[in-house]
Amino acid sequence: MLEIQDLNVHYGQAHALQGIHLSVGAEPLAVVGRNGMGKTTLCQAVMGMVGASGGSVRFDGREMRGLPANRVARAGIALVPQGRRVFPSLTVHEHLRLVSRGKNARWTIERVYETFPRLAERRNNGGTQLSGGEQQMVAIARALLTEPRLVVMDEPSEGLAPVVVDRLVEILRALPGEGVGLLLVEQNLGVATEVCGTVAVMVNGRIAAAMPSRALLEDEAAQRRFLGVSAAAAGGGGH
Amino acid sequence: MEGSLAVTVALNGLTLAALYFIVASGFSLIFGLMRTVNMAHGSLYLVGAYVGYAVFEPLYDRDAWWAWYAGVGAGIAAAAVFGLAMQAALLGWMQGQELRQALVTIGVSIVAADQLLAVFGGNPRQFFPPDALFGATELPGLGRYPTFRLVQIGVAVAVGLGLWLLLNRTKLGLMVRAGVDDRQMLTALGVNVPLVSLAVFALGAGLAGLGGVIGGSAQPFAQGVDVRFLLTSLVVVIVGGMGSVAGTAVGALLVGMAEQIGQALFPTYSVILTFLIMAAVLALRPQGILGRPA
Repeated sequence: MLEIQDLNVHYGQAHALQGIHLSVGAEPLAVVGRNGMGKTTLCQAVMGMVGASGGSVRFDGREMRGLPANRVARAGIALVPQGRRVFPSLTVHEHLRLVSRGKNARWTIERVYETFPRLAERRNNGGTQLSGGEQQMVAIARALLTEPRLVVMDEPSEGLAPVVVDRLVEILRALPGEGVGLLLVEQNLGVATEVCGTVAVMVNGRIAAAMPSRALLEDEAAQRRFLGVSAAAAGGGGH
Repeated sequence: MEGSLAVTVALNGLTLAALYFIVASGFSLIFGLMRTVNMAHGSLYLVGAYVGYAVFEPLYDRDAWWAWYAGVGAGIAAAAVFGLAMQAALLGWMQGQELRQALVTIGVSIVAADQLLAVFGGNPRQFFPPDALFGATELPGLGRYPTFRLVQIGVAVAVGLGLWLLLNRTKLGLMVRAGVDDRQMLTALGVNVPLVSLAVFALGAGLAGLGGVIGGSAQPFAQGVDVRFLLTSLVVVIVGGMGSVAGTAVGALLVGMAEQIGQALFPTYSVILTFLIMAAVLALRPQGILGRPA
């Protein structure tokens, strides 16, 4: 579905993405890595929110690199961004109306309210009056209503209470059954491995390794090396 | 007599505020979504007034009863097209570069003022609204009051209601409000934000054009009113809060009232009053009375 080849992104002198190769099919793929390794840049480059200096991002065979973000979204990729970025001036219901594709779409506003009953209760609350978990549901619902075939999620579990994270995992695990692909960028290894069968590890703007989730969970040395808190791990700055 | 003078002054303030609101709401709308400080907003007012007049005059000479309405339509359309062209040809290319946009729009306003002078000359002109809108109306306890000034209030209320409905009830309005919050995120949801910007710019410019015809019907207009209405729009949105319709209404009320009360009580210094209000608001609440902190 999504084929990323030799993707490079520069911020001025900084080489944030250094030749990324990734491919996402029907099975969800997780990208894990510590802070500052380029995970958010990867999401934004796929989405067309930052310009890539080289490489290609193909979605169902069509080149997405160089397209503005709205065209990428129209092609069928939706982003659930880091920090959720709900609109403070819009109520929950207005968020949904903003992106709703109508009554005959697979995801309708009614279906969102059935799937996330909490949002139905909060429908007239503004974006800033919601808890972190509720904001995350708005961000996910907002993405699904655009009828995507691939959802890119940037650290959806960040800042959420454990019980809300469990609910999030449940929602994400249901996506493949909907025919929706998933590129899940996470710092939380537990969430990444519970949702995705394959995990790619990002270190300093490169994919350092890709392996089955089970293998990474069992390999504590690799966890320490790629993700660990020990000062020796991975080395160097992320920018 | 004293009492009725106070009421007249208040009513005059209200009608002036109505005109300021019509013009400044367009300015505020454009700033809200695009962060463009459109220093050519006064030119849009003047373009609306002159083009409206050019359509109005020959029809009026032929006694067409709809001459004034045609002038209103032409004024709105001319300003909207002018604004659209400005956004498409110049400002859209420098999205986010606020200083550059401000400088470019100042340049546009200088060129526009000279071109209008070349085409229409320097004589003051005034629209004559249809009799139904123009005479005097008997107001209880006050006596006769110019009908058109009441029309002015009605138009401002209609503009305010229309903008509120647009922003709160339509999908375009949702896009505008979401775009004010987070333009990049809105784009990532598949919305063509430059296209929305064009629509908003046309709308805001059209409101300036409407103001031009309404203002040019209440008082004669000539070269130079563009600067006056630009300044007033700036003060109104700074006082009321940038990018908020309600804030613009509050700002217009304060500024309009202050001007009229000032002229009645201390004519020599009335100009200062407006800027005192602005200075006070900037000192106490820099984001404006109803504005959100940036």
